[in-house]
Amino acid sequence: MTCDEAEILLHALIDGELDAGHAREVENHVADCPRCAAALRDYREMSKAIAEAGAGYTAPAALRQRIEAALPQPRQTTSRRAVLRGFAMGSAVSALAATGLVAIVLRNDDVERIQLEVVSAHLRSLQAGHLTDVISTDQHTVKPWFNGKLDVAPPVIDLTAQGFTLIGGRLDYVDARAIGAVVYRRRQHVINLFVSQTSSTERRAAKTDTIQGFNIRRWSDRGLTYWAVSDLAKDELADFGEKFESAMRAPG
Amino acid sequence: MPINASDEDPEKARRFREAALPYLNDVYTLARYLLRSADDAEDAVQECYLRAFRHFDGYRGPAMKPWLFAILRNVCRAEYARRAATSTSAIEDVPESAEQAPLWHESEETPEAQLQRRWDADTLRRLVAALAEPFRETFVLREIQNLSYREIAEVAEVPVGTVMSRLARARAMLRSAWLAEEEQQR
Repeated sequence: MTCDEAEILLHALIDGELDAGHAREVENHVADCPRCAAALRDYREMSKAIAEAGAGYTAPAALRQRIEAALPQPRQTTSRRAVLRGFAMGSAVSALAATGLVAIVLRNDDVERIQLEVVSAHLRSLQAGHLTDVISTDQHTVKPWFNGKLDVAPPVIDLTAQGFTLIGGRLDYVDARAIGAVVYRRRQHVINLFVSQTSSTERRAAKTDTIQGFNIRRWSDRGLTYWAVSDLAKDELADFGEKFESAMRAPG
Repeated sequence: MPINASDEDPEKARRFREAALPYLNDVYTLARYLLRSADDAEDAVQECYLRAFRHFDGYRGPAMKPWLFAILRNVCRAEYARRAATSTSAIEDVPESAEQAPLWHESEETPEAQLQRRWDADTLRRLVAALAEPFRETFVLREIQNLSYREIAEVAEVPVGTVMSRLARARAMLRSAWLAEEEQQR
């Protein structure tokens, strides 16, 4: 093989696009040619540096919102109207009570919709290459990575000693908003911990639901709502939630 | 042109969101490199998603990411045309003949040249953004977006052989720029 050929083909070698026969030919050439060997080494080094430094960009939250706003919204008006019609026909129910009940019905609707979105986000994250935007088992790397990407950076706590390994963080998208996801692993199970801001600072105790075979444990504390999603069993997910909450309350 | 929000099938919108929005950062990244302007990139990405949604009914493949990239590329081409019409400087900064020029003759003079340093993300972005089209596009699709040669060929609408020669040239250019940057910072 000549240098001219190798100059082109060594890229295909780096990119894993060559069949075994051609790969061997390029490797044989490179073994005898210092110039092509230097090129191969530098190009590999460049690829690695770019992959590790991350030369991509994060889309601004405002762009996400503009696109979201331009798409047809999920139709919830149907169910809302159906509820209202139901109350209008029930003459025994006063208008005031109806309003209160509607609010409760809608809030539950909301929770259900968001839980579905959280499960979708969890499923998406399990597709190849989507689990983490920042890979690190070090909370001091993951935490600052979120800064500037979100209005509120999620708390990142290392629970490795408690049996839940921190593996990284990711920007996700739930309820038409950018949201932080902290990713943990227990054995072969992935736990996505989604964290969003809430208007109320009161603490709400954890509740667990099962949706599409996934367990979701949600709780609120100090103005943040947490959604832990996993295919882990309920008791293990509860264990995770409790350890996370107690670590949050621990000083320092 | 606004899309009709009231009559559209919300189920279609939901499927589109789930399929296409996870790639928003990837599409935005490509737009930033193709247009080299944050504002123009935002506009192009928004237009890309609206077009993609309009054509989502007929979408049968390829994979979602290259499909979105192909749409974005068409949007960007319209932007290139607009820029060319409003300014005297051309966007396509390399003539066709440059693709046939020999590779990295620069390293003939310094055969032992070797990369010594690593750069932070901002410097890397600047070096990549300085690559001339169409090499920049090919390079970004491969090195940052991890597309296969075949996918790049489909997005860029060129044969796989052209993808290979463009990529070889892009990497050689980046290597020179990298070494020059090292020289400068010494």
